[in-house]
Amino acid sequence: MKILVPIKRVPDPATTIRVLPDGTGIATDNVKWVINPFCEIAIEEALRIKEKQTGEVVLVTVGQSTWQEQLRTGLAMGADRAILVKTDAALDSLAIARIIAKIAGNEKPDLVILGKQAIDDDANQVGQMVAEMLGWPQATFASKIEIAADKISVVREVDGGLETIAFKMPAVITADLRLNEPRYASLPGIMKARKKELKEIAADSLGVDLAPKLKIKTLAAPPKRQGGRKVASAQEMVSLLHTEAKVI
Amino acid sequence: MGDVLIFAEHQGGHFPKSTLTAVHAGLELAKKRGGKAVAVVAGDAPEAAAGEIAKYGVVKVIALAHPALKNYLADAHAQALAALAKKEGAEFVIATATAMGKDLFPRLAARLGAAMASEITAINDDPTFVRPTYAGNVMATVEIDGPIKVLTVRGTAFDAAKPGDGDAPVEKQNAEIDAGALKMEFVSFSATKSDRPQLTEARIIVSGGRGLKAGENFKTVLEPLVDELGAAMGASRAAVDAGFVPNDLQVGQTGKVVAPELYIAVGISGAIQHLAGMKDSKVICAINKDEEAPIFAVADYGLVADLFKAVPEMTEEIKKLKHS
Repeated sequence: MKILVPIKRVPDPATTIRVLPDGTGIATDNVKWVINPFCEIAIEEALRIKEKQTGEVVLVTVGQSTWQEQLRTGLAMGADRAILVKTDAALDSLAIARIIAKIAGNEKPDLVILGKQAIDDDANQVGQMVAEMLGWPQATFASKIEIAADKISVVREVDGGLETIAFKMPAVITADLRLNEPRYASLPGIMKARKKELKEIAADSLGVDLAPKLKIKTLAAPPKRQGGRKVASAQEMVSLLHTEAKVI
Repeated sequence: MGDVLIFAEHQGGHFPKSTLTAVHAGLELAKKRGGKAVAVVAGDAPEAAAGEIAKYGVVKVIALAHPALKNYLADAHAQALAALAKKEGAEFVIATATAMGKDLFPRLAARLGAAMASEITAINDDPTFVRPTYAGNVMATVEIDGPIKVLTVRGTAFDAAKPGDGDAPVEKQNAEIDAGALKMEFVSFSATKSDRPQLTEARIIVSGGRGLKAGENFKTVLEPLVDELGAAMGASRAAVDAGFVPNDLQVGQTGKVVAPELYIAVGISGAIQHLAGMKDSKVICAINKDEEAPIFAVADYGLVADLFKAVPEMTEEIKKLKHS
């Protein structure tokens, strides 16, 4: 079983993100870069499947050279090899999906498992787009994956409850929070990761259309909410909610 | 040019409030672009449901029918909608960013070779769109190129469309689907049972966090307040991860985004990711024994107190208010 896990590098979720005064980007001087938390869950799930079934877990990321660091972390967790599709351009989800689909076309995995969304752009698109481009089934927001002899059942977190769908491989699955709890890379894992294959390919050598269609014009901080007022008692809170805010 | 196709999501013929948000946004967009707004209701027998949407101001409602559309499945729905969007010459295709919208629309966009802006919160005149990034800490103004543009709207960012006098015609169409290409099977849906309002539709939400200390306390301490207010109950990720309450109560960046009239956060510290899910609520209250808790910075009314005393007091006070 071969599993392809596309991952993304993002600022650590605990970082306070500041917009640059000219609105062209975010301040990166205080940023610690990590694997997107949902991508970690995807890697973990791939590793668990590999441990049950035997197979290969291949990581892929689309970004700058420095993103090797995140690939090495994934390799240290237990992935087998990694591909860095190198680009300095800020690509939109459609372009990223085209790249992943192309890589999947070459690698021919049984599963592509991704995080449901990246916590920087919160777009939640790539997995679904890759599935369509490959003509494969998709199961997003997966909280449980069951692999049987002839098909996969996935439980998905949807509005109002849990939905179960089924399909044969190859398929695309995106991971939700509850799918698993990712392991930490062990020291032996980190040592082994140094020797594992990490291949670099130039994004524009893949022959896919990378021209951006979703363009960011400007960034801004959201309107600041006025808060901070304290009340002295539960009684005062209820009274204000009734007479002042008029919501109860 | 400027025509908008609105995907009117339904659950077995019933339209959640979130669908009316898409209708409102679609109408606004069509008006700004000088085009027509058309709604589409998909299913195996969608005509009756389609009639329900006819009063909201669109110029027509398409009842898109096919046996493969009986249950929602991404591949069949993407095929059907993509073919329809092209046929109707839509420039924009829009839906609310519900679980279905989020699952379907990127696939639809890819099928159309289109770019998509997820969870927009505003439509500008030019037209650019505003969408939240970095858990709502950075608002991005984006532009979409190409003959078709795909959008989902954040359910809390637009009002629900109101029924008017207009009665648009319902046009039945058979969906163009290559059934041989379909590979997904719907197995089952297990609904979370609750008599309370749904989180995304409730006027008042009371959420509990790790400060409740145990799942049992959600029942004994929080639920009386929830029910006295006729509210929905939510939770922070910490409470869900600790196993106090089920997953679908989670409010936050990666859970549900809500904007009720009143949000009461009990024993919730106010991590960025939680704030992302509720900071657009009209009125925010917080009860927490830690006066440094970040939640207080966004709360209109904050009470630094032991929630195990304060919440029952609040419940009692509201009972008194109702009977006065």
